[in-house]
Amino acid sequence: MKDLRLMKGNEAVSEAAIRAGVDGYFGYPITPQSEVLEYLMLERPEKRTGMVVLQAESEIAAINMVYAGAGAGKMVFTSSSSPGISLKQEGITYIAGAELPCMILNVVRGGPGLGTIQPAQSDYFQAVKGGGHGDYKLIVLAPASVQEMYDFVQLSFDLAFKYRTPVMILSDGAIGQMMEKVEIGEQKVRLTDAQVKERCPWATTGKDANRERNIITSLDLDSNKQEIFNHKLQAKYKEIDKNEVRFEEIQTEDAEYIFVAYGTSARICQKSVELAREKGIKVGLLRPITLFPFPHKRLLELSKQVKGMLTVEMSAGQMIEDVKLAVECSIPVEHFGRLGGIIHSPEEVVEALEQKFL
Amino acid sequence: MAENKINNDIVKEENLVYKKTDLLTDKALSYCPGCGHGTAHRLVMEVIEELNAQEETIGVAPVGCSVLAYEFMDIDMQQAAHGRAPALATALKRLYPEKYVFTYQGDGDLAAIGTAETIHACNRGENITIIFVNNGIYGMTGGQMAPTTLPGMKSSTSPYGRDVESMGAPMKMTELVAQLPGTYFVTRQAVHTPAAVRKAKKALKKAFENQKLKKGLSFVEIVSNCNSGWKMTPIQSNEWMVENMFPFYPLGDIKVPEE
Repeated sequence: MKDLRLMKGNEAVSEAAIRAGVDGYFGYPITPQSEVLEYLMLERPEKRTGMVVLQAESEIAAINMVYAGAGAGKMVFTSSSSPGISLKQEGITYIAGAELPCMILNVVRGGPGLGTIQPAQSDYFQAVKGGGHGDYKLIVLAPASVQEMYDFVQLSFDLAFKYRTPVMILSDGAIGQMMEKVEIGEQKVRLTDAQVKERCPWATTGKDANRERNIITSLDLDSNKQEIFNHKLQAKYKEIDKNEVRFEEIQTEDAEYIFVAYGTSARICQKSVELAREKGIKVGLLRPITLFPFPHKRLLELSKQVKGMLTVEMSAGQMIEDVKLAVECSIPVEHFGRLGGIIHSPEEVVEALEQKFL
Repeated sequence: MAENKINNDIVKEENLVYKKTDLLTDKALSYCPGCGHGTAHRLVMEVIEELNAQEETIGVAPVGCSVLAYEFMDIDMQQAAHGRAPALATALKRLYPEKYVFTYQGDGDLAAIGTAETIHACNRGENITIIFVNNGIYGMTGGQMAPTTLPGMKSSTSPYGRDVESMGAPMKMTELVAQLPGTYFVTRQAVHTPAAVRKAKKALKKAFENQKLKKGLSFVEIVSNCNSGWKMTPIQSNEWMVENMFPFYPLGDIKVPEE
């Protein structure tokens, strides 16, 4: 029988992590994601699976704990919300530079600065374009339901270990806080230290006589070597771009216009598609599930079919830049979105479509 | 010029009085001649060798002069962002409770940018060893003022001497962490004389052995010289350290576990 539960998005992430056999979580409270840490503390995963849970002294300490755990081959993650994710950027760029697998959850709230505690999608640039210093990218997954919050935990770790790269789940305060039905998966057994050694021969698991010492670092004072490493990273991102694009399409077959939206905005646009079609406007929705890699090929194909695209984001317009690049500016691409933690209504989205295109 | 002749007859195993530990790699140290880091590195590696713990140890290198410590220590190591070494060590020990975990940090790393990580790792009583090499200056970046720079001491960012009124007084991190219930063993050592080296090694060994007792954090400060940063010869710098650093940072145990 299916194990179905009514859960908050944040709680679903925590339960999914325990079930995926994650080894450690390191976090710091911030609204609207504190339930991740609260749920883990309440569930006593140290008793359920032996998972380590620690409330760190800061987001900076937490992400550096993740760096160390990942560098030692363990499955580790952290979570925060926008201001806290800004603090974590130092650690994230070191993690990317040392090519370490881990998951980072951002339950986005409105900014800039302390901003608001209400949901927003204004951290797109930070998540997708790097975030910290240096040439690097994260794989970015955008869940649009509590079920996807659950499912993307396992997916994140699969991708992170496949490519030795940090993966970000870019959620928002709405999906983190809302409760939905979730299908819970099987409990996986955590890897033993011997299995970790085998899966991650590069990790600092203790130097034995059979190998050279392992070093986790992002430092190379020799620019020639650093350049070679930079090219290696870029080649990896190309590979990810080739293999890992994920998206969902709704009623695009006969569409004359397309909404491009992810996460909460995509949920709203589903309703907007219905409303617009009732009015006789042929609209479809493309929902990127991976924000990096971005579904640029599919968007380019769709640009041959449709008259225009409307990106709907709870921001001043960030993903729109990637949509314009994807369609090579061959058709009009417009943006609509509410700011400051306000979620647009399906009607507002349809109105925007009519105003901008009809 | 007279030819230097080596008497190969005496180079025999039974005449061996000193041998570099195999846990130090053969790479030439990047430290300035006269600097205490080389000796401190050797002691840490000798202790790990004596504990037969090469396979059981994970070290954390900081940002600073010892950023490349992993080039010289033949054990698994991670390089931390500036100041974050105690956070790394926390996670390593929590995920591998049976391993020896240590950080090797300078005074800028540990007492300025990493103050929060240091205090909280100590306060949680993480079962790790923190080795704190204090030379009162930022060596690697070229001799800037550190949180530990003495009053009146000149550096490239206190060219007229550290003015306590505007720049603050030097911080005694070791005394500070000794106040926290999570620290088990806190001591201050030096490596400028053979006697000091022997004492420092004893303290380091105890600090590693304590990890097996699982009673909390061991914190070993090593007051050291920075002849380059202080603009002195190695000998002058050691004399200056004895005359000026030691009165402010007195050597000895600060917190000793009750037997």
